[in-house]
Amino acid sequence: MNQVNTKKMEKRMHARIQKNNLLKIVFLLATLFGLAVLAILLVRVITQGAAWLDWDFITGRLSTSADRAGIMGAILGTVWLMIVVIPVTLIIGVGSAIYLELYAKKGRIQSFIQTNISNLAGVPSIVYGLLGLTIFSRAMGLGNAVLAGGLTLSLLVLPILIVSSQEAIRAVPKYLAEASYGMGATKWQTIKNVILPASIPSILTGAILSLSRAIGETAPLTVLGIPAFLLPFPEGVFDTFTALPMQIYYWTLDSSLVKEYAYLAAATIIVLLVLLFILNSVAIFIRNKFQQRY
Amino acid sequence: MPTNSGNHKQNAVNVREMIEEKRSSRSISNITEKLIPTILFIIASISILTTIGIIYTLLSEAIEFFKIVPIWEFFTGTVLKPLSQNPEFGVLPLINGTIISSLIAMLVAGPIGIMSAVYLSEYASDKVRRILKPLLEVLAGIPTIVYGFFAFTFVTPIIRSIFPEVGATNILSPGIVMGIMIIPMIASLSEDAMTSVPNAMREGSLAMGATKLETTFKVVIPAAFSGIIASFVLGISRAIGETMIVTIASGSSKNFTFDITQSMQTMTAYIVEVSGGEAAAGTTIYYSLYAVALTLFVFTLIMNLLARYVSRKFREEY
Repeated sequence: MNQVNTKKMEKRMHARIQKNNLLKIVFLLATLFGLAVLAILLVRVITQGAAWLDWDFITGRLSTSADRAGIMGAILGTVWLMIVVIPVTLIIGVGSAIYLELYAKKGRIQSFIQTNISNLAGVPSIVYGLLGLTIFSRAMGLGNAVLAGGLTLSLLVLPILIVSSQEAIRAVPKYLAEASYGMGATKWQTIKNVILPASIPSILTGAILSLSRAIGETAPLTVLGIPAFLLPFPEGVFDTFTALPMQIYYWTLDSSLVKEYAYLAAATIIVLLVLLFILNSVAIFIRNKFQQRY
Repeated sequence: MPTNSGNHKQNAVNVREMIEEKRSSRSISNITEKLIPTILFIIASISILTTIGIIYTLLSEAIEFFKIVPIWEFFTGTVLKPLSQNPEFGVLPLINGTIISSLIAMLVAGPIGIMSAVYLSEYASDKVRRILKPLLEVLAGIPTIVYGFFAFTFVTPIIRSIFPEVGATNILSPGIVMGIMIIPMIASLSEDAMTSVPNAMREGSLAMGATKLETTFKVVIPAAFSGIIASFVLGISRAIGETMIVTIASGSSKNFTFDITQSMQTMTAYIVEVSGGEAAAGTTIYYSLYAVALTLFVFTLIMNLLARYVSRKFREEY
């Protein structure tokens, strides 16, 4: 009878364990690769842009000379976009979620709308741009006004908000609604007074995240023909505008002609990233502070 | 006592008034109860209207285009010269550029994404995972325009300093950067698939004397295979639809070539170039926008449906 050759076994085992340990390091390095690129990207943007980022740059008007150029117009444009996107997406997004979760009968129509929403989430943003160009800009005659851009971006981020609101509503425990019905409340009263207040923190978190997706989006705006160089500030939803991502786009493109434009683009990127960072921090704060676990 | 009876009377009137009030408010609330579902249904159908809107606008304008340029010529033409005297509209250069850039992106994102997923799901401790995962998700939250800037002003110069023959605009650099952008998506979807493999299977393999590495490759990955493939397909779909990175860093030459050091245009970049330019409504070049967008839409739709099919059909239930 053969006995186990411990020496041979140990040798083979050793090789296998070595391989395991080696690959573990490789996997870790792969994970860190993404983070390293993120760090390089941020450092690069900050070193290029920080010197150009001062109060005059933030509050100034656009100019062809790099020294005097400012981005107040683009900031205002982005703010106006948010003013359009927030109410539109909140009303449509939360309304759709309430309908799908609480009113729709489980069946064909509900699953059809649901499939439709997840397909919409996969449509490239540039296609939404063409939709906005055809319907909002041309058919409704909004041109390249804030409203056309805002509605286009709203349609783009709606699927995200609908799905996250649905999850928020689903997370409210059944017994809260049952208790409300038990007290004689009607369905809408229950939704208005019990379900929505309980789910509003998660809904807001989702809304802020979809908003931050909307204001970083560039492709649909390029299709709408948002102008590259615009001096007047937008003062309403029917005014022509430019937005932070568009400004970055044009300055990056022209940086092969005027070298300083690359620094202006970097400075604008810092402003955009700070804005996104604030939005995301607020979202995380709301989630941690107000979200109740049932 | 007069005061008391007066009080009583007053109360009686109050109760009657309250009942009346209650009844009228109930009828109002009855109306709202009936109206609300209808209003909400109308709101919910906006998403369907969006889909109809997309398909209708793309189809109707693309059909106009195919009346001028035969559909056969469009899909087999290797020359795209929309602005020349004798314009030619062959979509193959754009499809070629799209496929090549997505391929480069997946060559970066696929291996790195899956290795990250393996590390996060199999090797990392809870504490490390809780730090690494949100950081990786920051990568996914950065606007694509920032990646475009990064590709154009940082990655391209680096590539050119190593390989001087590479052009100032080329498909390689945006492809790589796009891959980096997709890493978090593949990592997190694959990791979800791997963590849902039950621990009993891992423990069975480990108890048989397999190392963690062998367990990962022979048990966990095969069990999570459908989810991993689905994450790849979604990654490809994302790469196909990505616009700003390729628009900025790959330029607008409509080369039909397989040389990745050269500038190529993707379908998305073509749409940006033409719509941002002076294409007046009603011209052939304007209609070509919609034909290209329709092609792009069909491409991504197929990918998304495929991803859902794969993850449903081949999912192993435990």
